[in-house]
Amino acid sequence: MKIVALCGVGIGTSAILKVNAERALERLDIEADVTAADIASVKLAAADAQVILTSSELVPSIGKTNADVIVIDNFFDLDELTAKLETALG
Amino acid sequence: MSLPPLPLDAIDVGLHVPDWRAAVGAAGAALERSGSTGPGYTERMVGVIEEFGAYVVIAPGLALAHARPGPDVLTEGLSVVTLAEPVAFGHPHNDPVNVILGLAVTTGDEHVHFVAELANVFNDASIIPALAAAPDAASVRSLLGITAPTGEDASTEETS
Repeated sequence: MKIVALCGVGIGTSAILKVNAERALERLDIEADVTAADIASVKLAAADAQVILTSSELVPSIGKTNADVIVIDNFFDLDELTAKLETALG
Repeated sequence: MSLPPLPLDAIDVGLHVPDWRAAVGAAGAALERSGSTGPGYTERMVGVIEEFGAYVVIAPGLALAHARPGPDVLTEGLSVVTLAEPVAFGHPHNDPVNVILGLAVTTGDEHVHFVAELANVFNDASIIPALAAAPDAASVRSLLGITAPTGEDASTEETS
């Protein structure tokens, strides 16, 4: 399974999202490949992804995708990430 | 990899600013003052928010101002600015903001490692209000240091 952590410039926020998504997946005992991406590369990065994690601000920039787009409000809240990933993947 | 060094002059506590631009400007000025970045970097951090919106407000009260690596990044660095009165960035859930981190990195790769350290520190929900209430730069540094000791090979087992 592939998950894309998306931010505007592909460093910083997406890297934090990636790290914490991996921690949440570990809690859920789900194996997945989490990739950090920016808006410019999201089309390619998300082509075979099941889930895109991002901020509500960036949703309009994603465009058409087959992946489930999950909006994360607090990138540091492992409970929020775990609950939302569980809903999307469960 | 641990967090980048955080000199006291990269920390500004209890600033009064009128808006998010000035708040990001203060985080950029602190990066520049501490020798991490050149003048253009602050404008590029503002530009990221102008282009993509307030997504840099990644947790309630906290903005992570950053831009891509570039020639204006002299060495990787972190700055911390706290505000006397919070300002709105335009984020639907996490406004208003009273703690701004400025982040400058030279490459995408090394960045991911120290971001894991930042995540270790900030996964503790009490850190943002504690930073916002810190009376001086030394307290800010010690708050960050206590939760994620630098100079040690911190690993994910520290995660709460």
